[in-house]
Amino acid sequence: MLTVRGINRSFGERRALQDVSFDVRPGRLTGFLGANGAGKTTTMRIILGVLAAHGGEVSWNGKPLTAQRRRRFGYMPEERGLYPKMKVAEQIEWLGRLHGLSRQRARDNTAELLDALGLTERADDTVEQLSLGNQQRVQVAAALVHEPEMLILDEPFSGLDPLAVEVVLGVLRKRARSGVPVLFSSHQLALVEQLCDDLVIIAGGRIAATGSRDELRERYGPNRFELVVDQDAGWLRDHPGVRVVDVDGPRAVFDLDRKGTEIEQEVLRAAMSRGAVRSFRPIVPSLDTIFKEVVR
Amino acid sequence: MTTTTEIAEQAGTDAPGPAAVSGWTATRLVAEREIRTYVRMKGFWIGLVLVLIGIFAAAILPGVIGGGPTSIAVVGQAADALQEQAGFEVRTVADADAARELVRNEEVEAAVVPDAQGNPAGVRIIALSEPPMDVIAALTTAPPVDLLEQGDVSAGQRQLVIMVFALVFLMFGMGGLAIAQSTVTEKQTRIVEILVAAVPVRSLLAGKLLGHTVLALGQVVLFAAAAPIALRLGELDGLLTAITPALGWFVPFLVAGFVLLGSLWAIAGALVSRQEDLGSTTGSVTMLVMLPYFLVMFFSDDPLVMTVLSYVPFSASVAMPVRLFTGEAAAWEALLALAVVAATAAAVLLLASRIYAGSLLQTRGRVGLAQAWAGRN
Repeated sequence: MLTVRGINRSFGERRALQDVSFDVRPGRLTGFLGANGAGKTTTMRIILGVLAAHGGEVSWNGKPLTAQRRRRFGYMPEERGLYPKMKVAEQIEWLGRLHGLSRQRARDNTAELLDALGLTERADDTVEQLSLGNQQRVQVAAALVHEPEMLILDEPFSGLDPLAVEVVLGVLRKRARSGVPVLFSSHQLALVEQLCDDLVIIAGGRIAATGSRDELRERYGPNRFELVVDQDAGWLRDHPGVRVVDVDGPRAVFDLDRKGTEIEQEVLRAAMSRGAVRSFRPIVPSLDTIFKEVVR
Repeated sequence: MTTTTEIAEQAGTDAPGPAAVSGWTATRLVAEREIRTYVRMKGFWIGLVLVLIGIFAAAILPGVIGGGPTSIAVVGQAADALQEQAGFEVRTVADADAARELVRNEEVEAAVVPDAQGNPAGVRIIALSEPPMDVIAALTTAPPVDLLEQGDVSAGQRQLVIMVFALVFLMFGMGGLAIAQSTVTEKQTRIVEILVAAVPVRSLLAGKLLGHTVLALGQVVLFAAAAPIALRLGELDGLLTAITPALGWFVPFLVAGFVLLGSLWAIAGALVSRQEDLGSTTGSVTMLVMLPYFLVMFFSDDPLVMTVLSYVPFSASVAMPVRLFTGEAAAWEALLALAVVAATAAAVLLLASRIYAGSLLQTRGRVGLAQAWAGRN
């Protein structure tokens, strides 16, 4: 498990990170969310040791993170980088060896990854000959080739077409299932919503919320329901404890003042006493909603 | 203690991950990549072949073009001794002065005149700068030879050798530009962030220097090996004898000089972020290569200037081998100068590794030297 505790960092006068703390648990995909400039990349660079922290500590399984240990992490920087004139397979293999793999193991892992990412046919092309989307896939392979113990990916899905997103997602899920903690940043909220188990939300250099996706929904999402009845649902406007969001004939969307089954059942009974109830269900808030709520 | 911690840490993981890379392994891998990338470039091979052709052409062509019967000026009965011999184009002239004049004007290659001092051979041979071996051999007895210009090698050959030394130095000095370019490529493509996360910065620098030094050394050794062959083919054995010790010294001087300049090239590359901006930092390094080249070319006849140049770290790598070749410097002088170059190279290398680390991750705009020195964060 990776533990980040009380990280601070300034650039000149500007405080980029303030008391940043969160965990990345093994076997789970952790989404790192934040607006541009919120501090995602800075945090990731500090974890990787590319940038020094001004206080705070990053630890790995309870011990301070060493440079040796960091080298077994897989990293995909926000600003992609590969040698443009080097061949795809040769480059991935070389990066694997640079991370400590034997030549043979680097070669095997490279072949396996290129196959999983659908790049086998491009193995002998130079990186600059590839389309941007394919370069991005090679970048993913570069982060994974050395069987990393932890993955830190900065915006791994930006620039990928939907098909490639699926492919990369498959590869990352496989790694996570094998027990590797995965931290990735993204601003594509819909994607993160479908993908990650845990969330870390950062705003203005401070952690705004952390927890599992479901916990956060529970904690930050509004207590919203949809009711469909046979007649007009306008009576809900005057019902105590109910804040109507939208009424359209027999269909109404409303928030409840309090959480808990008591008030929910009370509203349902009131509806049934007025006629037939076609549907009554909670509306799960989208990540977008939670994000706005948390960051506000 | 570190080792114990590491082992404990490793034991704590479920699956054995890849072994941690040592600094040397990382350096070797970086060097290997640099070499592989470089030898794949066409320009590298073209340059190499051109220099080899140049060495052979310079050694062989003059002999081939200057071939054919040797022309000799002859005075009086001295002609009799040569008359029957084949392969000479004999011109009979009135007296020794006229013959001497023809030699000076290079209208004939040698003159055979009666010898007033009455040596056993009875004749004397006059030549411009080298003893005409074929003429001496043709005369039954070996007469004394008067050289009008002293020295083991002709002035033309001497100048040529100095020029080749200076050109090879220039070629390798400027070859270090590849280190700067490779560094900028890594910054510009941002792969540097992956590299820095994977290996220590000093391994990156050391690997680049090692790779390009091996490339340079390989070429120097190749040229140093080709030169004697070319000289023998060109039948310039006298020159070969004179050049061999200097050639032996040139190799370590070039290597030490290359590390010195290479460190500076690396700094020049690390300070900028785009290939287009490279010119703004490489200018001063280029000066440090060009200046010694021109100074040695222009002042090769001035012993004082050459002596000074042979101890200045940046010019010693070319000036000292030239002085050894012309016979002006003793072996202890060469050792001293080599020590000066090596010490400077070591100092600059230390400086470079700090500046390199301080500027490598600044991928926007140009980094000031002071800023780079202050540290990477």
